[in-house]
Amino acid sequence: MNGFFADGAVHTALAVGFLVAVVSGPVGVITIARGQSFAGHSLSDIGTVGGSASYLLGTNVLLGFVSVNVVAAALMELAGSTRARSRDVATGIVLGAALGLAALFLHLETESSTTGATISVLFGSIFTLGSTTLPVVGGLAAVTAVLVAVLYRPLLFSSVHPELAAARGVRTGLVGAGYLVALATAVSLSAVTIGAVLSTALLIGPAATALRLTRHPGRAMLLAAAIGVAETWAGVVLAYASYYWPPAQRGWPVSFFVVTLTMAGYVGSLAVRD
Amino acid sequence: MSPDGAVPILAMESVSVTLGGRRVLEAVDLRIGHGELTGLIGSNGAGKTTLLRVVLGLLAPDAGRILVGGQPVGHRRGLVGYVPQKISLDPDMPIRAMDIVGLGLDGHRFGLPPLGRSRRGAARRSRVEEALASVGAERLADARIGRLSGGEQQRVMMAQALVSRPALLLLDEPLANLDISSISEVVAVLARVCREQGVAVLISAHDMNPLLPVMDRIAYMADGRLASGPTGEVVRTDVLSGLYRHPVEVLRVGGRILVAGADAESHCP
Ligand SMILES: Nc1ncnc2c1ncn2[C@@H]1O[C@H](COP(=O)(O)OP(=O)(O)O)[C@@H](O)[C@H]1O
Ligand SMILES: [Mg+2]
Repeated sequence: MNGFFADGAVHTALAVGFLVAVVSGPVGVITIARGQSFAGHSLSDIGTVGGSASYLLGTNVLLGFVSVNVVAAALMELAGSTRARSRDVATGIVLGAALGLAALFLHLETESSTTGATISVLFGSIFTLGSTTLPVVGGLAAVTAVLVAVLYRPLLFSSVHPELAAARGVRTGLVGAGYLVALATAVSLSAVTIGAVLSTALLIGPAATALRLTRHPGRAMLLAAAIGVAETWAGVVLAYASYYWPPAQRGWPVSFFVVTLTMAGYVGSLAVRD
Repeated sequence: MSPDGAVPILAMESVSVTLGGRRVLEAVDLRIGHGELTGLIGSNGAGKTTLLRVVLGLLAPDAGRILVGGQPVGHRRGLVGYVPQKISLDPDMPIRAMDIVGLGLDGHRFGLPPLGRSRRGAARRSRVEEALASVGAERLADARIGRLSGGEQQRVMMAQALVSRPALLLLDEPLANLDISSISEVVAVLARVCREQGVAVLISAHDMNPLLPVMDRIAYMADGRLASGPTGEVVRTDVLSGLYRHPVEVLRVGGRILVAGADAESHCP
């Protein structure tokens, strides 16, 4: 454990974990209020196309996730005006096609190199991000946080009752599109941290836990951010420590710890009466 | 201008709406004066919700003119409060009653609400508490909205509609799906709000009877057409037969009014 605080990769991992969890919590609270957890999960799966293509092309993985996710979010918003059932069908079909493409890209990448792209895309790469990605993470986290703060009231209003919000002059389509962009960036950030397959856990877990602990929506967002940071940091520490656990010198993945901790946090919060 | 020279809070002139190739509102004329309580009465499909949506600016009419407070629709949205029919909120919706009422005040603005500790935050909070108290819902302030009963949600939505101090309050079937004692409670609250705050109230309902004691005027709808005036002048066999375009009969039984034959059209096309 001595080397822990001296290790540059650990510094980066803690900083990335902080930024990612801080934006995932508030976005998660809104996602639960809007009942769009499925959209969040779909986005992270679709994002694997961008992540895997980036490995194949040798470009920035986070930017790969983000660009594909923002485009997918825009398409979802366009489909959002149609009926819920056809929207679910469309999402399901796009999702399948996206994972198929990701499978192809990852296969081609694995044939030609040994970067471990499959594991990184699906299960995260917080220890191997490299400090050059940190400013990108910071920039995207800042954009997401500003978006959530600016849209806070009209977003909550249109989540409660879109027609009522529209009658008061809220442009619900615009606000919904802004939210999907925030969701796309938050999901991309957590995809590079704990992996595309598991990113929903960081989006929904801390938010659901916070919502059991407070009724105040603003306070729930802050609490979700704090819980997310604590769980992510604890995950990083445990993953580092697990290097000395059996099987010797292999280490357990961060995403395993983060997801297990978010689960434990939520189960623990069930003990609190609301 | 109405005869006494005052600008009515709502003036609709020959408003028509076609939806999916069907005439849903047909040359509707309706005036509502400040502080009046009007019942918008008609059976299912008569066009009540459509009329309210047009007044709210959620739907543009094909023809006709609508002025709210003498201004075109959407000019001053705080002037109109709205309680929608379908509230049906998820029990886990992470929003308290007071949050919804606060959104009724400034939910259309961008940015975070003022902090509770600031002066603006305190002022906002007292406006919210005042609105909840005006419908007797102060004790619901801290409850999650989705966990409240239908009647309680209805009250919170009324507070949400009143908090911007509107001059016109629209309620879409607020009495549907309520038990009899809740119906008379809600009617009493609406009558009190109308009297004490001087707000004009337009309530849609398929049964006029619970509203008879409090209604200043009636706006009766059948098949997208509307006739309005004092209840005694509109709810008459000749007037309603003309509105329905087939004979109906107005019956007064034990203080209740029944319109017999109102559904005849659906039986003999
Ligand atoms: N979007 C729409 N497209 C087609 N027809 C509609 C639409 N909305 C309402 N209608 C029709 O308009 C008529 C009036 O509807 P509505 O205003 O909801 O009546 P009410 O509220 O009095 O029950 C109904 O026959 C309904 O089927
Ligand atoms: Mg209706």
